[in-house]
Amino acid sequence: MSDRPVLSLVRATKSYGAVHALRDGNIELRAGEVRALVGENGAGKSTLVKLLGGVIRLDDGEMLVEGEAVDFHSPTAARDAGIAVIYQEPTLFPDLSVAENVVMGRHPLGALRRIDRREMDREVQGLLDRLGVRLDAERPVRGLSIADQQIVEIAKALSFDARVLIMDEPTAALSGPEVERLFGVVRTLQQRGAAVLFISHRLEEVFAIGDTITVMRDGAVVHDALTADITSDEVVRRMVGRDLGALFPKEEAAIGAPTLQVHRLTREGVFTDVSFEVRSGEIVALAGLVGAGRSEVARAIFGIDRPDGGHVEVAGARLPKGRPTAAMKAGIAFVPEDRRQQGLVMDLSVARNATITRLRALSRLGLIRGVAERRLAEEWAERLQLRFHRLDDAVGTLSGGNQQKVVLAKWLATEPRVMIVDEPTRGIDVGTKAEVHRLLSELAGRGVAVLMISSELPEVLGMADRVLVMHEGRISGELSRADADEERVMRAATGQPMDAAA
Amino acid sequence: MSANAAAPVGVERTGERARRLTETVFRVRELGIVGALALLILVTGILEPRFLHADSLRNLALNASIFAILAAGQTLVIVTRNVDLSVGSVLALAAFMTGQTLADHPGTAIPVVILMAIGLGAACGLLNGVLVTFGRVPALVVTLGTLYIFRGLAFLWTNGRQVNAEKLPDSFLNIGTGSVLGIPTLALIAFVVVVIIGQCLRDFRAGRELYAIGSNPDAARLAGVRSDRRVLAAFVFSGALAGLGGALFTARFGTVDATAGTGYELTVIASAVVGGVAIFGGIGSVYGAALGALLLGTITSSLIVLKVDAFWQQAAIGALLLLAIAFDRFVGLRLDAALRQRSARRAAA
Repeated sequence: MSDRPVLSLVRATKSYGAVHALRDGNIELRAGEVRALVGENGAGKSTLVKLLGGVIRLDDGEMLVEGEAVDFHSPTAARDAGIAVIYQEPTLFPDLSVAENVVMGRHPLGALRRIDRREMDREVQGLLDRLGVRLDAERPVRGLSIADQQIVEIAKALSFDARVLIMDEPTAALSGPEVERLFGVVRTLQQRGAAVLFISHRLEEVFAIGDTITVMRDGAVVHDALTADITSDEVVRRMVGRDLGALFPKEEAAIGAPTLQVHRLTREGVFTDVSFEVRSGEIVALAGLVGAGRSEVARAIFGIDRPDGGHVEVAGARLPKGRPTAAMKAGIAFVPEDRRQQGLVMDLSVARNATITRLRALSRLGLIRGVAERRLAEEWAERLQLRFHRLDDAVGTLSGGNQQKVVLAKWLATEPRVMIVDEPTRGIDVGTKAEVHRLLSELAGRGVAVLMISSELPEVLGMADRVLVMHEGRISGELSRADADEERVMRAATGQPMDAAA
Repeated sequence: MSANAAAPVGVERTGERARRLTETVFRVRELGIVGALALLILVTGILEPRFLHADSLRNLALNASIFAILAAGQTLVIVTRNVDLSVGSVLALAAFMTGQTLADHPGTAIPVVILMAIGLGAACGLLNGVLVTFGRVPALVVTLGTLYIFRGLAFLWTNGRQVNAEKLPDSFLNIGTGSVLGIPTLALIAFVVVVIIGQCLRDFRAGRELYAIGSNPDAARLAGVRSDRRVLAAFVFSGALAGLGGALFTARFGTVDATAGTGYELTVIASAVVGGVAIFGGIGSVYGAALGALLLGTITSSLIVLKVDAFWQQAAIGALLLLAIAFDRFVGLRLDAALRQRSARRAAA
């Protein structure tokens, strides 16, 4: 590490109207350093990232690159200064090739300023090989996994010799091995002298990859330390500014009769012969690597995808195949993985989103009664401690954690017997995470059968009464709460034989 | 890194395969149109041999030429996830201006008149582009509005008048009806225009940036693409080509009034879509769009030759459009699946 920071932000402030998104942003990045940035949603991390990336401009304060004051008026200006931002959801061109995505706007040119495709492919393939990943430069980006798309983003950053790499929650959608691969790439970059700012909600990752750690709260940097000098409890305490109760407030619930029964469900090429049951009051976690077929099983149970074989029963009654309305009527609620695309209508109001499952009950003679809609939405907003300006605001204006609460509200309003939640806490902050966990636990306490898909092992181990593990489309293991530990779940998830304890 | 020392060989091979796969798909798209075209001409020729006469084939090329030029311009716009509905009206304005200028000032040099038509079209395109990029109004709305405005202007300007062939110099009319080495001049012009625009879109940064804008507008902005400027340019080009189309319209038909080119916008957009240009941007080529124009024109002609009822002619174009979209969807899904499988195999390897 050198003494002079490559990039620093001094007393930065940024306001949106009356809201102070960033009050006191101070951060320094040095060459060869991986700095982790943590904080609850709304703490100002995204604002800080946008400032560094040239998406928005400072109201006050200073930004310095190699000691020189800079003012980025566009993302291009930040890029030219050697700063690359990799967003949680990669911003790529699905219709164009990997190579073209990397060099867009900077294509190598041949005679008459024509694009030299051969040179372009060769250059980008070289970058990918240097990153140690197997990816074709010439294939289209369409169809790449999120993990591979991030690699393309990193290659893009390398292609203009970025000195600073800012990664905004890059691991949120990655499986274990994919995270490992990403960490490998980050360490390669670090060794080559890049400064990396790594943002994550997963504290174990922060400690695994970060040399230093910066904690933000309420728009200000509140702590700055070497990761070696701080414990994760301390980080959490500084993030929330108070002692957080247990992150996984699992309460004991009386476990009753089987509510959801899945019999030999099969969808060709996706999952095979999946059978299990979830009892009333029970939380069953469906663990496994991304791509093991967990979300697909959930979609088939809810009737979004039609299974090729097998069937689903709710409280003994068989569900017709491929009919989500029938599943809803039978009392199944489904909180999908991708809340932006599948869980919410982003342009509709908070109230409309929260009550959209109850339109029939809220309407008279086919017309929705606004008063009833508001009343229901208000009730749930209060019960879930939803933070919002007005119920009429578009749901897209809420933070990720609050958006997830709206999705939960809309399903809780149907008083479900079976609740299927797919990655319920992905990309939401620690405080809201605990609230979501408490809510699931309460639901189970009231006799709801909960099926929870999660890629976060602490969540699986902390919340589940029973853990089912999937590997390549099949159930490869079943563990009771007492037997489940990280190693056993990972063994089953990676398809290694279970030991005797299972 | 050392573990990947052996990788490049494998990477090259699978890279080659992936590229071949995608290239095949695009070739399938354009070859498919060529195949359909050949089949159509053959079948019509068998049922009605006169259809294969040189004159008749010449007419096919002539009929498609103006549409192909307009479709090339339209492709530039559609690729950016926009649309230009005003091209038919722009064509009318430019066509009338060309005719009127040559009739009133018979001495005017023909290239000057054509450049004026292109300039008028570019100005119309500039208006569209400014409203779309700086006004932040959706292109569908803007160009629907200018479709009526430009048409209205054409009616005001012509005031019921009409330009006739006898008032136009023969050297000008020759562009529309003459040939060079047996090939109609008009078709040659269309060919040159399509190739120039096609290569620009394929091999130059500005062209690739249009695809980027249509494929993911946010990503384009982050990649430093000056989207507004590019989209504006696409509209200017579309307008300019519609202006050129107007001059050529006058040269071909000799008679121009305010109704010239009415409904052309739909044929042009249909040509692009049949030719594989995705209406949501990011995909398609100028060549496909031009072939689409040729196919649509040929179908119309062959149905006329076969004395099919006018209603069925319209229905056939509609059916072709739906067929093309269904085909794209099908191939798209297959390609997605193939790419996903490849990724999965690579991950497993």
